[in-house]
Amino acid sequence: MSANDADRATVAGRAEGETATSEDGPVVDLSGVTFGYTATPVVEDVSLTIDPGEYVAVVGPNGSGKSTLMRLMLGLLEPDAGTARLFGERADRFDDGERIGYVAQQASAAKGMPITVREVVKMGRFPHVRFGRLSSEDWAIVDDALATVGMSAFTDRRVTQLSGGQRQRAFIARALASEADLLVLDEPTVGVDAESVDAFYNLLAALNAEGITIILIEHDLGAVVEHADRAVCLNREIYFDGSTDEFVESDALVRAFGAEARLLTGVRE
Amino acid sequence: MSAGVVAVLAASGLATADPALVLPLQSGLGDSVFGILLWFLDQWYWLMDWVYYFTGLEMLNPRYRFMHRAILVGLCVGVMAPLIGTFLVHRQLALIGDALAHTGFAGVAIGLFLNAVFDLGVSPYLTAVVVAMIAALFIELISEVTDAYNDVSMAIVLSTGFALGTTLISLNAGGLAVGVNQFLFGNLATVSPQSAAILLVLFVVIVGTVAVTRNQLLYVTFDETAAAVSGISVNWYNRVMVMLTAMVVVGAMQIMGVILVAAMLVVPVAGATQVSRSFSESLVVSVVLAELAVLLGIAVAYYGGVTAGGIIVLVAVGIYVCAVALGKVQSARGERDAPEMGSIEADSVDVGTETGDD
Repeated sequence: MSANDADRATVAGRAEGETATSEDGPVVDLSGVTFGYTATPVVEDVSLTIDPGEYVAVVGPNGSGKSTLMRLMLGLLEPDAGTARLFGERADRFDDGERIGYVAQQASAAKGMPITVREVVKMGRFPHVRFGRLSSEDWAIVDDALATVGMSAFTDRRVTQLSGGQRQRAFIARALASEADLLVLDEPTVGVDAESVDAFYNLLAALNAEGITIILIEHDLGAVVEHADRAVCLNREIYFDGSTDEFVESDALVRAFGAEARLLTGVRE
Repeated sequence: MSAGVVAVLAASGLATADPALVLPLQSGLGDSVFGILLWFLDQWYWLMDWVYYFTGLEMLNPRYRFMHRAILVGLCVGVMAPLIGTFLVHRQLALIGDALAHTGFAGVAIGLFLNAVFDLGVSPYLTAVVVAMIAALFIELISEVTDAYNDVSMAIVLSTGFALGTTLISLNAGGLAVGVNQFLFGNLATVSPQSAAILLVLFVVIVGTVAVTRNQLLYVTFDETAAAVSGISVNWYNRVMVMLTAMVVVGAMQIMGVILVAAMLVVPVAGATQVSRSFSESLVVSVVLAELAVLLGIAVAYYGGVTAGGIIVLVAVGIYVCAVALGKVQSARGERDAPEMGSIEADSVDVGTETGDD
C-alpha cells in the first residue's frame, strides 16, 4: 500500500503545476472523450467544460451514456480516447476525494445493512480523517449537514427504515458533510415522492447559490428545465450544450430521442 | 508470499528440537514472538485455573490444558469471525468464507503431504493460511477482471480446493484419515500450543488491520462507488478484505472444521443485523452472539461428548432465531413510535406519512 501511496504522491507532484493554475480553471474538462464497454462506443467524441459555480444538467434518453459520462468525469472509468480532467488533474488519477460529493441512484447502496443516518453522513468525513477518528469538529459538520437537509430528527434512525426521499436526503447530507466543491448527482430523484422532489431541488439551488458546482444527471426533463442553468443533451454524442431556455426552444431533444427511436426500429444511419 | 513459504521451510528444516515443538517460526524474530505467545498461553492457563477454582467447572480442570486452549481459540474466533463476516455479509459475499475454507483444506493437505514426504515439521494450518490467502487473492483478481463477484468463479475455486485436497490426501495413503477428520470437522482436543500460537498471531493481524482501516472498509462495504469517488482505492481494500477472510477461516478451522467454518462468519452477523440499528452496534452484537455460541457450544460439546463445530453452529442458529423474533418485536414497537418522531421534525416536507413503511 505504501508503494501505491508513493505512486500517488509523485502523480500529485507532477500535477502540482497544473493544480496551482487550475484553481480558477474548469472543474470538469473533457476533450474528445470516447468510451465503450465493448467495441461499440457508449460515449463518442464528447468535449465538455464545466466551470466552478455552474449548475449543469446532463439529459438524454435511457441508455444514452449519461451515467457512463458521469463515471468518466469522476475518473471511475478511463476514456478509450481523449482526456478527462477533474480540477485540472487526470480524472482517473484524481484522489483528492474531499473535493467531490457524490449522490448515486439509491439502488447502489447496500440494502438491509444496519446503519444509522448519522453513520451514513459520517462517511462524508472519511476523506478528511482517513485512518483517524472523527474529531468533535467533524461531528459538528455532520450534524450541520443533517440539519441542512432537515433530517436532524432522524439521525439515529436505521437507513433501511426511511422512505426513498428521506434516504436520498441522507445521501445528500453525506455529500454536504464532505464539504465538496463539486456535487455530482446521478438521477437523485428516482423513487422519491413528488413533494420531496421539490424540496430537494430547492436545496440544490440553495447550495449552488453558495458557490458549489452541481452536475445533475437527470431523466426528468421538466425538472431540468425548471432548475438547472445549463443543459447538456446527450445520446452517445452531445446534441446540445447551452442554457436551459435555449434548450427548450431547440430541436435537440427530438433529434436526440428521435435517433434512439430510429435505432430501436432497426434503421441504421 | 512464496518467499515466505521458502523461509518457513528452511527454518523448520534447520530446527533440531523435539518434533512436537518444532516450529515453522524458528528464526531469530520468530523465536522471540513464539516465546511471547507461549508466555501469554501460560498466563491464560493461570487465569483459567483461577476460574476453575472459583466456579468448579469440570471442563476447566487444570489437567485439561487442551480445553483451556480450545476456549482461548474459541474466544478469538468469536471476535474475528463476526468482525470480518459483517463486512462480507453486507456485500452479499457470505459464501466466500466457504470457498476459502475448502481451499484451506487443500492447504492442509499440502502441509500433510510435505510433512509425510520431506518430514518437515510444518503445521498444516500454516500451509492452509498460505494457500487460502493465495486463493483469496485469485478470487479477488478474477472479480476485478470480470467486474463482478460471481458465484460461478467461487464455486470453481471451492471445488478445485477440495478436489486438490482429497487428491493429495489419497496420494499420502493410510494413517492420515484420522488427521483429515480433525481438519474436516474440527476438534477441541487437538488444539496444540503451536496452533493456538498461530491463531493468536492471526487474531492480532486481523483485529489490528480492521481497527486501522475500519473507515475505509465501512465505506467500501456500504457504497462502493461513492467510496471510489471519495478517493478510496476500492480494489486494495477488497484485496485486504479477502486476505483477512482467508486468515479467519483457517484460524477458525481448528475447532469448527472446514465444512462448518463459514457459519461463524455469517450466522452471528445475520442475527445482529436483525436487532441492531447502527453499524457499530451490529459489530458489537455480532461479536457477543458469536462468543455466546462458542462458549455454550464448547460446554455442550465437552459435557455431551459431541463434535464442537456442529454444536457451536446449532447454538448460533438457535441464537439467530431468537434474534429474528426479538427484531420483529423491536420493529413492531418502532412502528408505533414513528409518528411521534415525525412531529419533532423541523422541515416538515416529507415527514410523518411515510415513516416506518419499511
